[in-house]
Amino acid sequence: MSMTLFEQMITIGMVVLGTMATRFVPFLVFPPGRAAPPYVSYLGKVLPAATLGMLVVYCIRDVSLVSGTHGIPEFVSIGVVAFLHIWKRKMLLSLASGTLLYMLLIRVLA
Amino acid sequence: MTTDQKGLPALWAAFPHTIPILAGFLFLGIAYGIYMDASGFDVVYAALMALTIFAGSMEFVAVTLLLGAFDPVGALMLTLMVNARHLFYGISMLDKYRGTGLKKIYLIFGLCDESFSINYTTEVPKGVDKGWFMFFVTLLNHSYWVIGATIGGFFGTFLKFDMEGLDFVMTALFVVIFIEQWMKEDEHHSAVLGLGLSLLCLVMFGGDQFMIPSMLLILCILTLLKKQLGKTGESVCQ
Repeated sequence: MSMTLFEQMITIGMVVLGTMATRFVPFLVFPPGRAAPPYVSYLGKVLPAATLGMLVVYCIRDVSLVSGTHGIPEFVSIGVVAFLHIWKRKMLLSLASGTLLYMLLIRVLA
Repeated sequence: MTTDQKGLPALWAAFPHTIPILAGFLFLGIAYGIYMDASGFDVVYAALMALTIFAGSMEFVAVTLLLGAFDPVGALMLTLMVNARHLFYGISMLDKYRGTGLKKIYLIFGLCDESFSINYTTEVPKGVDKGWFMFFVTLLNHSYWVIGATIGGFFGTFLKFDMEGLDFVMTALFVVIFIEQWMKEDEHHSAVLGLGLSLLCLVMFGGDQFMIPSMLLILCILTLLKKQLGKTGESVCQ
């Protein structure tokens, strides 16, 4: 290990500090006592739906279309999850079926 | 009411919502612990980092930081970029976390992808305290992650399991939550924008670089559409 224990602690501390900054900043900038500006209230209303969409894309960020399994397991399984959920609307059923299918596909197609 | 009277029903109500995370985080946590072990770190590191950082993807990145040259400023900047999406979670949760007392500090500390998406979209059952419900969702998620990382770090490569792909349960969860949110809204502009603009940026910038451009683009377009979307937002509330 090239770093000393102290340097390691500082490095981990920086990662903790950075992570906490991204989580605490909105709450520190807009404390509950004062009314948030209308623009921020507007963002609070419209951002969540956009953020959930972004999070879905975030999950497939490492999928490669040109190598490996060409993203087929991911896209087929996501399709099945979406189809099952819109059809039956049973969360655990959608999750379990999609995940098992994915685990099967990456083994069969590999 | 005392903590006990509010706490237990909330824990009971919260647990079922975290079952998918139980599977996903135990698996990913174990994988993280094994990775730490294989990189030459004691189990104490895996456990403490899981406990204090509690941001899955960043913890994997932190291993490479620890193996490289000492660069605290670089580590901080990289963390801010990888975790910038939390800013959106915070702005979205300003209202929901209001009035939760001291628990709020822990709720913000544990505002990971999964805690955000469950706490934002779940309708807390009647008679269950909202603050305690969200507290236990966060605490359970946090525990799964720490337990997983500790198991992985402790047993390391002795663990022979072929569970590859189990982490897809997290992707599936976000897809399901996205659909649930979609079914609840009257207008889908924002959801479509979030999905579409992020995909566009993923294609343009690639998986390692697309998050910051996506967030900026989403912010820009939502700001430009404030006149139109702001109105519908209000009418929904009335």
